[in-house]
Amino acid sequence: MNYLIGLLSIVFFILAISVIAKSMKLNKNLAQGEDESTAVDSSNDTNAYGMLIFWLLGTVAGVWSFLKCLPDFLPEAASNHGLSTDKMFWTSMAVVTLAFFVTNTLLLFFAFQYRYKKDRKATFYPVNHKLELIWTVIPAIVMAILVFTGWRTWRDITSQAPSDAVVIEITGHQFGWYVRYAGNDDNQLGHYNYKMIDETNSIGIDYTDKNSFDDFTATELHLPKGKPVLLKIHAQDVLHSVYLPYHRVKMDAVPGMPTKFWFTPNVSTDEMRAKLNNKDFNFKLNCTEICGRGHFGMAITVFVDEPADYKKWCAEQKPFLAMNPSYLEKVPANLKAKASKYIPAEPIATDSTATAAAL
Amino acid sequence: MSTATTHAEEVHAHAHDHEHEHHEPNFIQKYIFSEDHKTIAKQYLIMGILWAFVGGSLSIIFRLQLGFPEMQLEWLRPILGEWIDESGKLDKEFYLALVTMHGTIMVFFVLTAGLSGTFSNFLIPLQIGARDMASGFINMLSFWFFFLSSAVMFSSLFLETGPASGGWVIYPPLSALPQAMPGSGLGMTLWLTSMALFIVSSLMGGINYICTIINLRTRGMTFTKMPLTIWSFFFTAILGLLSFPVLLSAALLLIFDRSFGTSFYLSEIYIQGQALPNMGGSPILYQHLFWFLGHPEVYIVLLPALGMTSEIIATNARKPIFGYRAMIGSMMGITLLAFIVWAHHMFVTGMNPFLGSVFMFLTLIIAVPSAVKAFNYITTLWKGNLIFTPAMLFSIGLVSLFISGGVTGIILGNSALDINLHDTYFVVAHFHLVMGSASFFGLMAGVYHWFPKMFGRMMNKTLGYIHFWATFVGVYCVFFPMHYTGIAGFPRRYYSFTALGNGRMEAFTDLNAFISIAAILTFSAQAIFFFNFFYSIFKGKKASQNPWNSTTLEWTTPVEVGHGNWPGEIPAVYRWPYDYSKPGAESDFIPQNVPYSATPESNLPEENEEIANEKAIESLLAAQNESYNR
Repeated sequence: MNYLIGLLSIVFFILAISVIAKSMKLNKNLAQGEDESTAVDSSNDTNAYGMLIFWLLGTVAGVWSFLKCLPDFLPEAASNHGLSTDKMFWTSMAVVTLAFFVTNTLLLFFAFQYRYKKDRKATFYPVNHKLELIWTVIPAIVMAILVFTGWRTWRDITSQAPSDAVVIEITGHQFGWYVRYAGNDDNQLGHYNYKMIDETNSIGIDYTDKNSFDDFTATELHLPKGKPVLLKIHAQDVLHSVYLPYHRVKMDAVPGMPTKFWFTPNVSTDEMRAKLNNKDFNFKLNCTEICGRGHFGMAITVFVDEPADYKKWCAEQKPFLAMNPSYLEKVPANLKAKASKYIPAEPIATDSTATAAAL
Repeated sequence: MSTATTHAEEVHAHAHDHEHEHHEPNFIQKYIFSEDHKTIAKQYLIMGILWAFVGGSLSIIFRLQLGFPEMQLEWLRPILGEWIDESGKLDKEFYLALVTMHGTIMVFFVLTAGLSGTFSNFLIPLQIGARDMASGFINMLSFWFFFLSSAVMFSSLFLETGPASGGWVIYPPLSALPQAMPGSGLGMTLWLTSMALFIVSSLMGGINYICTIINLRTRGMTFTKMPLTIWSFFFTAILGLLSFPVLLSAALLLIFDRSFGTSFYLSEIYIQGQALPNMGGSPILYQHLFWFLGHPEVYIVLLPALGMTSEIIATNARKPIFGYRAMIGSMMGITLLAFIVWAHHMFVTGMNPFLGSVFMFLTLIIAVPSAVKAFNYITTLWKGNLIFTPAMLFSIGLVSLFISGGVTGIILGNSALDINLHDTYFVVAHFHLVMGSASFFGLMAGVYHWFPKMFGRMMNKTLGYIHFWATFVGVYCVFFPMHYTGIAGFPRRYYSFTALGNGRMEAFTDLNAFISIAAILTFSAQAIFFFNFFYSIFKGKKASQNPWNSTTLEWTTPVEVGHGNWPGEIPAVYRWPYDYSKPGAESDFIPQNVPYSATPESNLPEENEEIANEKAIESLLAAQNESYNR
């Protein structure tokens, strides 16, 4: 209610200003007849000074607000490629901020400087090819440099993942992420098939593929520090987008079209906590493609572990098949023997929702 | 065609006694189903203004949620009803619907129809010296298709399941599957119907603009003597004509997927406990088709604004536009490049990275003609004698916003940098400045400048100044800080930023509240315009024939422009439209219809040679009249 009153008072305040301004104008008109031959009126100089004041206040506000927000920007990237894109971002930002500042300054200063004066005539200056050539070529050169550096970085980022990369599968769904690891034995993800999805096997792991047997799932994303990680991404229902803000990773998850992104995390969660002096800090995986009601909350926590810790964590994880032995019956006869290795001697209870189900 | 010529014929026949027009159209013919380009332009403008207030108020509602996440919105229940949930908060799905409809309305209904529809219709015949559009009837149909499309879109706001909610880009599968969100049900059906009608309207308009510009220019009006406004409308119409049909096909395939069980965009979908049978479709196909229109659309919105402000800045700087041919060249460059940069919206969709490299290269080329335009604007101000009419102020504002929003395009167009910035507030800030606000400022500049020609009255200048400064400051306050949240990695279309964790939402609480307050104030300031506009239509000071001392042909028509535009013969054109402050000339402007032979004191050497052509231009009169009588 307070806001409503606030809003209304603002509206009335503006209306009041306009009424006052209008009556002032009327008074002025009564006092002095305006020159009818031009559209110039008594406010011309006021508007010209307005340009100057706008420039001044704008510059102060721009610099101040930037410095104020600087500490709250994303911290230094936590991945190898992120460091280079961050550097490129701030370099490009410097270039465009300079261009932004110089051109806006010229615009506003010229507007002020060349405000109407009765005894001056504008200069008839329709064209200057040399000048035009200069300001076509300079942006072109700057662009060429930016394109070239950008292209090289892009090429490196999107190159083939190293063959020893840790393969992790991320599946987006309304509204959460399933994570599947390639397993401790073969570092190969098994196939999935959306028609095999059921209440327990929520990713649709295909047990006719022997690579699936040792795959395990998790509700968090664990990554080894300093090792290349290949994310294999897809979605089950609508578009989603994997966004790891601190790692500068983003790639859409598309139903029916697997996508991928590889990168090397280079700061562990613990290091980041120490660096930011925040013991509760956690890396995140968010969704950045509109996917419905729960879009904004579709996040999981990401842990970057030291390689040894990562190994240890992986070793503790049980393959999905081991948690859910009933899926053994989906395995074709010729692979049954191989799959049975993963079934514990005394089957544990088949309740695996804790690992496999949605968040 | 026949109807238009009949009217032209009448006008011509009655050229000498137009005071006694016998075929005075009745009220319906004159104001509703009018074939007069000026009336149609006003219809577009008023629809555009009404839509702008609808679209703007939607954004204010979602800004309340973003700026004040804890706020009780119970007081909105009388308007929004069940969209305010039990806890007094905005419904999460309705938030997405608001975002979607705000985008759709602003991009298509305000800045395409309201801007290009208004001024292409109004200015093309008046500035090239034509009695009306090539086809008045198709022109009328164009408006009424737009009206129908508006009615359908507006009605979708009142559905129980809500209007379309998948973002203005309506990416499938979200938009294709009603089970994915309620807005993808009837709301999306209406959205698609409305857009199909809108495309029909815009195609009919575009064909008309192109035909008129090519065929109906008055004698002597060669392409290189056309005002930049006309050039910009010409390029805009070409862009629309070639790209809107692609959106129509995208929409049609989506309609098939939604209603007839096809799989153009759908594949391997498991939703709500059910595996769908669709196989082999590609959501990426839709994105290619959509952005094939979507990107040119940016320029469809922006080019008319750039063209009109070129005209306004030259007039009020009392100086020729600097680099007339470079301005045409850069607009042509932008038009061509606009078709081949669309996939820069798709760098992280899983598209082949090599394709990404190609599109990054093409995208950054487009910065060059844009930079040329900005520099030419600034040089036009240099050593001018600037008169700050409200139109001039808005034009200068446009240049500033065009630069400020444009420079960040260089960053977003770089695919490596786009990885982190894609779908964050950095993008929101970028396109709201360069496309949204800049085009909006162009629209406002156009309204203030041509209002006297439209309604025969002047708008109040002081209210115009207040409107300008409130909007200019306001727009920067709203969109400039969004770059900061963008750099901080805030994704767009988020109902709330709680899931970002690590105190990031809290760090920007004040900033988000500031943006919302600035947005509310800026939006409220538009009430000044609303009042000024409608008040001045009826009560404004009577305008003189050429209040801005401008050179173009529209100012040679009478104050109250009648049907057929010129009561007598259409004037001939002898010179380019930017003879302001010409050395030697008595007056500081020489209209386009003044022959060089009448101004020996100010002619440049090559212009003296053109005097020889004047006879030839004049001799075209009979042929020109003939074309209207055919």
